[in-house]
Amino acid sequence: MSATTLHAAPAAAHADTDRDAAIRTRGLRKVYPLPKRRGPGGPGGPPGAAPGAAAPPPGIIALDALDLDVHAGEFFGLLGPNGAGKTTTIGILTTRARPTAGQAWVAGIDVAREDVAVRHRIGVVPQRPNADRALNVRENLLYHAAYFGIARGEATTRAQRLLETFGIADRANGKVDQLSGGLQQRLMVARALMHDPQVLFLDEPTVGLDPQARLALWDILRDLHSQGHTIVMTTHYMEEADRLCQRVAIVDRGKLLALDTPAALKARAPGGTLIELTLDGDCAAAADRARAIAGFLRVEHQGATLRAWAPRAGESIAGLIHAAEEAGRDVRDIHLAPPSLETLFVSLTGRKLE
Amino acid sequence: MSAASPATAHVPPAPRHVSAFRVFQALLMRDLSVARREVISFLLRTTFQPLLFVVVFGYLLPRMGFMQRGYGAALLPGILGVSLAFASLQSVTLPMVMDFGWTKEIEDRLLAPVPTWLVAFEKVVSGIIQGVFAALFVLPIARLIMGPIDALTVSHAGALLAVTVLGAATFSTLGLVLGTAVEAQQIGLMFSVILAPMLMFGCAYYPWRGLDHLPVMKYGVLINPLVYVAEGLRAVLTPSLPHMPLAVVLVMLTVFTAGLWWLGLKTFMKKAVG
Repeated sequence: MSATTLHAAPAAAHADTDRDAAIRTRGLRKVYPLPKRRGPGGPGGPPGAAPGAAAPPPGIIALDALDLDVHAGEFFGLLGPNGAGKTTTIGILTTRARPTAGQAWVAGIDVAREDVAVRHRIGVVPQRPNADRALNVRENLLYHAAYFGIARGEATTRAQRLLETFGIADRANGKVDQLSGGLQQRLMVARALMHDPQVLFLDEPTVGLDPQARLALWDILRDLHSQGHTIVMTTHYMEEADRLCQRVAIVDRGKLLALDTPAALKARAPGGTLIELTLDGDCAAAADRARAIAGFLRVEHQGATLRAWAPRAGESIAGLIHAAEEAGRDVRDIHLAPPSLETLFVSLTGRKLE
Repeated sequence: MSAASPATAHVPPAPRHVSAFRVFQALLMRDLSVARREVISFLLRTTFQPLLFVVVFGYLLPRMGFMQRGYGAALLPGILGVSLAFASLQSVTLPMVMDFGWTKEIEDRLLAPVPTWLVAFEKVVSGIIQGVFAALFVLPIARLIMGPIDALTVSHAGALLAVTVLGAATFSTLGLVLGTAVEAQQIGLMFSVILAPMLMFGCAYYPWRGLDHLPVMKYGVLINPLVYVAEGLRAVLTPSLPHMPLAVVLVMLTVFTAGLWWLGLKTFMKKAVG
């Protein structure tokens, strides 16, 4: 685990709460093999290398020793930029990807050993709606129920209730393609709920939705959670994680960087408002000048990006711009962010989420 | 701002045990009911071309005197074989390429509570049913177009069923291999580079024994599974004319089915479970 990890609870501390654990992962690791290269020396090796003598290629590390515990009834968020390992984590937990190392349990069941039993207990909402387009809206729900062995009569009742709850009952006999992106995503949530799963997984469910559809989906998810559903959601939207989730795991490059309630995470964010200037070149000199000015809690620089945290941003911003100009740089862009998950993420990783 | 914790977690009743067979039935029902809705386009796609071939080579050319009488007897089983084989293959390959490559529609079925191989097996079974259906559709129409064929008999029903099902299974499993190995943008290439030669060198439009004086061709075409489908159908539909021994056909189709299923399942599992 990296030195920046704020997740303090050791694995053993959760041993007594196993019964309540909806999800548990230990040392979860996933390495994707690199695409095979075909050089002049033949496939799989540099020219001149003896076959079999070369070390195995390192591969792309998508997950690096991830430990997570999600409690029953919890709304849990996995927050991180693209490539953080969120989708890989969901893939392993939903039995669609095999871990390279480590173990994961859903509802107390080992995902690698008993994938069928795990699939019985989970509902999955994919990143991009993947409804069966050869079927109409209602049939999507009915066939899904049939795949889970639910009797036709019971399935029909459940489908009608879900269609009504999610406001798509009037489109029930229409084609899936005729639904907007937001309605298709609602259909995906309804489908995932058809077999009454113990844990609902959503992989970036609001990507590509317009703001109105996003808010409507948030309402649906809040309702489901208030009814007691365990929900695990990935997102790269700070606001989404902040508004919906009880606990948020911040992940980047396959590692867990922090895990806590949104409020506690925000409290860990460096104090003050983050002022971020983008300059027209390297800003080391500008950073040195800024550090000499009183009023900044912390000043960082990275390439052309100058970051400073100040309790009173309004008063400090002019000084920062002045420092940059004195160092012979032009300011190209200014960005202000109050203490938030975003400023925490920037301070943990040195980069922005989106 | 975070959501309030619910009083109690929603713990649904433990899922009832569902037999794999019941899930298999549901998967098959889905495929067959979708196929039923698209039956016109399915038949056009899989049987129109063979039937046009029948019109030209089984009706026009014989009447122009370019073809010997009796060619119809060799052509009919071949045409049936082509319809059977390519309907089975397409029923598996086309949806699989689309589902894995682009729409990901199959993911819902991959999340069904059954072993993943069963989803592939169901596709193969659905391909067999659709292939047999296409062949049953072509047989009477082709016979009508060609006129009476003296040697034709359907009295070997058991053997006919065995050849038909094994032939469909061979091409259904080949469909699984191609559907999981070919990328969506390579479908056109697959048809012209793999399927067109298979069709031309599959002894569908000429009997295998007709290659007797061309030994390189005669033994070269034996790697082509269509040869055994066409020859098997000749053995059971026109047994009085020269054909490959039925036992050889049945053994070879079984070997092809087993080998292609093994290979197809491997590539399927690779796509289905990352």
